[in-house]
Amino acid sequence: MSPTSRMTGFARQLGTIAITLLGLLVLTFAIGRLMPADPVRAIVGEEATQDTYMQVYTQLGFDRPLPVQFLMYLRDVLTGDFGTSIRTGQPVINDIMAVMPATLELATLAILIGAGLGIPLGVLAAVKKDRWPDHVIRIFSLMGHSMPIFWTGMIALLIFYAALGWVGGGGRISDYYIGLVPPVTNFIVIDAMLAREWDVVRSALNHLILPASLLGYSSSAYITRMTRSFMLDQINQEYITTARVKGLSRRQTIWRHAFLNIRVQLVTIVALAYGALLEGAVLIETVFSWPGFGQYLTSNLMTGDMNAVMTCVLLVGVIFIALNLLSDVLYRVFDPRTR
Amino acid sequence: MMTDDLPKARSVPFAALAPLGRILRFLMRQPTSVFGLAVIALLVLAAIAAPLLATHAPYAQDLSNTLAPPSAQNWFGTDELGRDIWSRLVWGSRITLSIIALVTIVVGPIGLAVGTVAGYYGGRIDTVMMRITDIFLSFPSLILSLAFVAALGPNLRNAIIAIALTSWPPVARLARAETMTFRNEDYVSAARLQGASDLRIICKSIVPMCLPSVMIRLTLNMATVILTAAGLGFLGLGAQPPLPEWGAMIATGRRYMIDSWWLVTFPGVAILCVSLAFNLIGDGLRDALDPKQMNRR
Amino acid sequence: MSVILDVQNLSVAYRGALSPAVNRVSFQLGQERLGIVGESGSGKSTVGRALLRLLDSADITADRMQFQDVDLLAASERQMLGIRGKRMSMILQDPKFSLNPIRKVGDQVAEAWLAHNRASHKEARARTLEMLTSVSIRDPERVYDMYPHQVSGGMGQRIMIAMMLLTDPQLVIADEPTSALDVTVRMQVLSILDRLVRDRGIGLIVISHDLNLVRNFCDRVLIMYAGRVVESLAACDLDRAQHPYTQGLLAAQPRIGGPRRPLPVLQRRPEWAEEPS
Ligand SMILES: Nc1ncnc2c1ncn2[C@@H]1O[C@H](COP(=O)(O)OP(=O)(O)O)[C@@H](O)[C@H]1O
Ligand SMILES: [Mg+2]
Repeated sequence: MSPTSRMTGFARQLGTIAITLLGLLVLTFAIGRLMPADPVRAIVGEEATQDTYMQVYTQLGFDRPLPVQFLMYLRDVLTGDFGTSIRTGQPVINDIMAVMPATLELATLAILIGAGLGIPLGVLAAVKKDRWPDHVIRIFSLMGHSMPIFWTGMIALLIFYAALGWVGGGGRISDYYIGLVPPVTNFIVIDAMLAREWDVVRSALNHLILPASLLGYSSSAYITRMTRSFMLDQINQEYITTARVKGLSRRQTIWRHAFLNIRVQLVTIVALAYGALLEGAVLIETVFSWPGFGQYLTSNLMTGDMNAVMTCVLLVGVIFIALNLLSDVLYRVFDPRTR
Repeated sequence: MMTDDLPKARSVPFAALAPLGRILRFLMRQPTSVFGLAVIALLVLAAIAAPLLATHAPYAQDLSNTLAPPSAQNWFGTDELGRDIWSRLVWGSRITLSIIALVTIVVGPIGLAVGTVAGYYGGRIDTVMMRITDIFLSFPSLILSLAFVAALGPNLRNAIIAIALTSWPPVARLARAETMTFRNEDYVSAARLQGASDLRIICKSIVPMCLPSVMIRLTLNMATVILTAAGLGFLGLGAQPPLPEWGAMIATGRRYMIDSWWLVTFPGVAILCVSLAFNLIGDGLRDALDPKQMNRR
Repeated sequence: MSVILDVQNLSVAYRGALSPAVNRVSFQLGQERLGIVGESGSGKSTVGRALLRLLDSADITADRMQFQDVDLLAASERQMLGIRGKRMSMILQDPKFSLNPIRKVGDQVAEAWLAHNRASHKEARARTLEMLTSVSIRDPERVYDMYPHQVSGGMGQRIMIAMMLLTDPQLVIADEPTSALDVTVRMQVLSILDRLVRDRGIGLIVISHDLNLVRNFCDRVLIMYAGRVVESLAACDLDRAQHPYTQGLLAAQPRIGGPRRPLPVLQRRPEWAEEPS
């Protein structure tokens, strides 16, 4: 590919992203305007006079035509102003920044578990295609794909917390330790390590392991299936025969050739699975009283906090677009054929 | 020429549906798909025969018999208001089935319309429509459904609308891809030469050809629909109590879960079975067809 | 002439197939060049892969399948690992598919050395560069770091030859080594292969559907039809072939400078697949 055509390709991609982002903003704006809760009433309170109400109403621009309102929203977002939360009175973005680490902590451990489980299982299923390990793995991963994760979370809590006492219950750490370590990164495990409070580290991991395992299991289903299908594509290729002719063992051809050839694809789908975890997080955080992004979103949905909901939805969309872009870039960087 | 073309044009829809029989026969040969089909058959049966299968009325409260464990009287126990859980589950199958049916009825036509129009006309129309599709695709479906329900108000009808609004994009993409392969076929060109309008060509020639793969894609989507609906019900944004929707039943049962395990266990098993059944069928379908295309989300 | 390979009544049946793909094939090979000719689907590649025991989805039976001191029928997979690539190797048809697309071609060649020798990567690289030179690659340092999509078909096949001859095997099977190449580079690649095989005293089996190529390049020719060897004769005796299928094949070859007649249609008779060879 010539440098110029690569540049135009890149420019076109940037244009596509800009349009997608704009569409995303239209969507969040529409959701915000459709929401039945009256944002003005929420600000001024029930007792406010009609005058005060109208004053805030005009101040927020609700008397303008919708396109103008959208442009105002666009201007605010572009200048980094996502409005204040009606519930907390804080800028929405601050609220979200405060809850995000809890979700990232959960999602990161979950994706490690999901990829650590899903990739080897997918390889094994491909190598043993149509024999019993393949069938067992297929059922196992379809189960992960089919379980209502909020329900599995409750059952797991009943068994591993209430009955067996192996893990901590809801929340990020036991109440006893709350406030013991100074928040530096807001990732409790890391903060506790920095403060060398090993009991807190243990307590945090104890609370983290169950929800992360469940999320990881559910995302491993997708990772397993994709790994299997990528591997099957490779295993039947002629270059695998070449590798065997050279005298490499079965295992060496699988790992040194077939598996190395799918690693870019794997990184891509793991990135996408990481984004999809946000979805599971919304449900699992409710079950495990996990003070993260998911819980923030659902509680604001209930109270009709417009700015918070719009920003949350926008954020998820942006994360997804970014992950998609990331996987595109990875392809270009790591596959010699696209270089 | 006219006489030659007419029977052909009429036979297109039937020819297009012929593979479905072959696919069904393929499914019947795999034990896992057979299990899936059996569970779905049971679900349909339960929904039809709910009045016969239910031992109690689904809304009948018995405050003297609350939170009773499973027994000969109440097979799956009773809930916090003394309602029989087995009977509520059986009646709830009607809700589950109608959610699937309604979502499918809405999503199929929307996806087909967007996909075939984009694929048939190509060019700028295609670009614009696929951009919109991509925007919807760039969300995980549950989160977008959550936002829609919050905007429209939490109830079962709106949950169905929200799920439908978020699940048409993959169908549209598939229909578009199929249309692009068909639009230059001879019989489409022939219809065009005969002066058929675009609308007529799309409805009479293209949609029937896309139908089998779209129907399969919709089947693959059903497990997701069930889980999303249950998730919305669980969060209090879908079906509202006292409706015996399985997700909502789990949500109310959650408060009593530590002492009364049966409140959450049975509805959850029901959701798991049905969504697993659809996934098993979907897996069989994927084997029966081109795996590449069907793996797309 | 010492016998390198002795095959008696080799049959190969793919599982699930109705009839065996290879049916009671026998031949011997010394330090010579043996051609196996037949139309597509006649079982030529299956013979080659059976010799290397690469067919996991097929049942192989034979009265005898002896490679020097090794009984290929009884050898364990572990023994085969020491034979494949070290003592017996195979050149595959199309470098576009037979080279791993995302690894440097040089590393892929070096891997053949590393699989059988305790050697540093540096040593393997030096060997590879030397070998690349001997397959007439002019700038081996540069080629070493290229990826398969960056080299031409002829270059790719020379790299393949380098990879398969690097360990000095005693037997090389070339499965349609030039069929995927441009006509213009076929002769060049063949002569490189020919030179190396002669210099090193390697036994060679050339599999091809092209009778002209085989008769010019090999000492002896087996003609296969529907899984059977219908005739076996020295290349120089081809014009005296007895079997009607071979005669048909010969008549169907276009001759440069010959009379311009329409080429006759190749005859096929089911009973040729029945007769014992
Ligand atoms: N992996 C396989 N599984 C089943 N049948 C095969 C397989 N490979 C080849 N065959 C069949 O075996 C026969 C011989 O094939 P092959 O040895 O490739 O022929 P050739 O190399 O002479 O073209 C053909 O009929 C082919 O269809
Ligand atoms: Mg062949």
